Amino acid sequence: MIEGIFVEGLIYGLMVLGVFITFRILDFPDLTVDGSFPLGAAITAVMITNDYGMGITLAVAFAGGAAAGVCTALIHNKLKVPNLLAGILTMTMLWSINIRVLGNRANLPLLRRQTIISDVLELTRGVLPREWALLLFFLLLAFVIKLLLDAFFRTDLGLTLGAMGDNQQMVVNQGVNPEVLKIIGVGLSNALVALSGAFAAQYQGFADVNLGQGIIIAGLASVMIGEFVLRSNKIFALTLRVLIGSICFRGLMYLGRYYGFYINLTPSDLQLITGVLIIVLLAITQLRGQGRWKGVQQQEPATVAPGTTDAGTPVDGGER
Amino acid sequence: MIRIENLSKVFHPGTVNENVALRGVNLTVKEGDFITIVGSNGAGKTTLFNAISGNQPPTDGRIFVNDVDVTRDPEYKRAQYIGRIFQDPLLGTASNMALEDNMMICHRKGFKGLRISLNSRMRRYFREQLVQLEMGLEDRMKDNVGLLSGGQRQALTLLMMVLSEPALILLDEHTAALDPKNASLVLKLTQDFISRFGLTAMMITHNMKDAIEYGNRLLMMDKGEIILDVEGEQKRNLTVEKLVEKFHQIRHRTLESDEVMLSDT
Repeated sequence: MIEGIFVEGLIYGLMVLGVFITFRILDFPDLTVDGSFPLGAAITAVMITNDYGMGITLAVAFAGGAAAGVCTALIHNKLKVPNLLAGILTMTMLWSINIRVLGNRANLPLLRRQTIISDVLELTRGVLPREWALLLFFLLLAFVIKLLLDAFFRTDLGLTLGAMGDNQQMVVNQGVNPEVLKIIGVGLSNALVALSGAFAAQYQGFADVNLGQGIIIAGLASVMIGEFVLRSNKIFALTLRVLIGSICFRGLMYLGRYYGFYINLTPSDLQLITGVLIIVLLAITQLRGQGRWKGVQQQEPATVAPGTTDAGTPVDGGER
Repeated sequence: MIRIENLSKVFHPGTVNENVALRGVNLTVKEGDFITIVGSNGAGKTTLFNAISGNQPPTDGRIFVNDVDVTRDPEYKRAQYIGRIFQDPLLGTASNMALEDNMMICHRKGFKGLRISLNSRMRRYFREQLVQLEMGLEDRMKDNVGLLSGGQRQALTLLMMVLSEPALILLDEHTAALDPKNASLVLKLTQDFISRFGLTAMMITHNMKDAIEYGNRLLMMDKGEIILDVEGEQKRNLTVEKLVEKFHQIRHRTLESDEVMLSDT
């Protein structure tokens, strides 16, 4: 059971990494995610059903997600549409596309198909129990992707991408086209989301067009939980806490599903609970005063010494 | 080096809010010029900078850099050879990133690749450069820029811009938001960098004394026009009183007692 939560948390963690890139690093609230997640799942299900290899399947899913993100960024850049609307447009169009990808169906089961799950289980048969094998595999996978992402954000391009959400004027002043950065950032984000969808479809044993419903909210909740757990400005810690947040979120959802029925909760209530969770997290952040980056232990704003400058609020940078 | 021909900018043309910010401005900036620009609010100083930097396209007229027409080039392309510092110290740096990351981003202009350039050699180089600011920033390279004061941030922005060796720097009242002590510090650094690196610079200021004290050429703007352009010997002999007198002669009205006069401290 606990292994299941971890596995789910890590699979969806890839999606949360994508959400983190757009919402937190680029400051580009991207709703494409609700469409690119099932897109990754649909591509994977169809390609597995047609006996393609695992490597090419995952690569196509990754590329498909990237294409969806690029589409959103292009709509935003070229037509000067607000980023929220651009994301909603792509997401809506993707719903139809996903049904096409699935072959005019709303879902496609992967029963008795060779998936990455069955591969892993085959490989570790007799060595590790089923749950632990999967946990180990996805732990490795998530960490490899996390470390690759960390390395990317240490490159010159990655650093510039980091400055983008903070201060677009500065990026422009360095002779960098912000539109290109948005295309790269949103593309990368959705590629990760689609990859997450690809693994989720294999883990759950089916792909469904509605798999993405509420994914963006789940991702956002995970990001926010992670921010409560750990505070830092180091990219290593930032991506780590995204994964931790995702696992915590899945844990909470599990509790909701498992124990919720004692208080008459049904699985369909989980969306509501997720939304309320985000509202509560936002409220706590507000109540903590401007302490966006302060330690969790500092509960009372009154005790904050005047000398402790706040890294999160740029206003404090000015001497006025 | 920079030639501006008949530059005009009209906001909301054809409406009741029509506002002519620039009226047929002609200006040639020679290499090595340090031009100070004065003028009351709404004189068109910042609009002129916006047109030069590409932030806002002009309604009419042309801008040439080394005889190449750049009037329609987007801002990010011109930023490769034009450096600009704004009044707001927050606009030049990314608050939530470490000082060294900021310096890395500004180290080279243009599109960035997938190389990891921030290594120990680079850090040493940044450190050496930061020492000349004499603000102790060389020991805070891992700190977020958001922790620095406005003066420190503006000095850092200035340093980072100078290190990227722009052909022209535009300073848009870059000391106006700082307290007097930091303002004079940043201004001194500006002067220092400009003479040491032989930069071509244009500086908008509300402070007439600064405008007279610094630079080799002074422009006075009013209602979207350059009404006074003095340089060399003539500029060295200017005083605030003479400048106000000149304005009176040209415009046949007294200089309103706005910031132009008030900031004369």
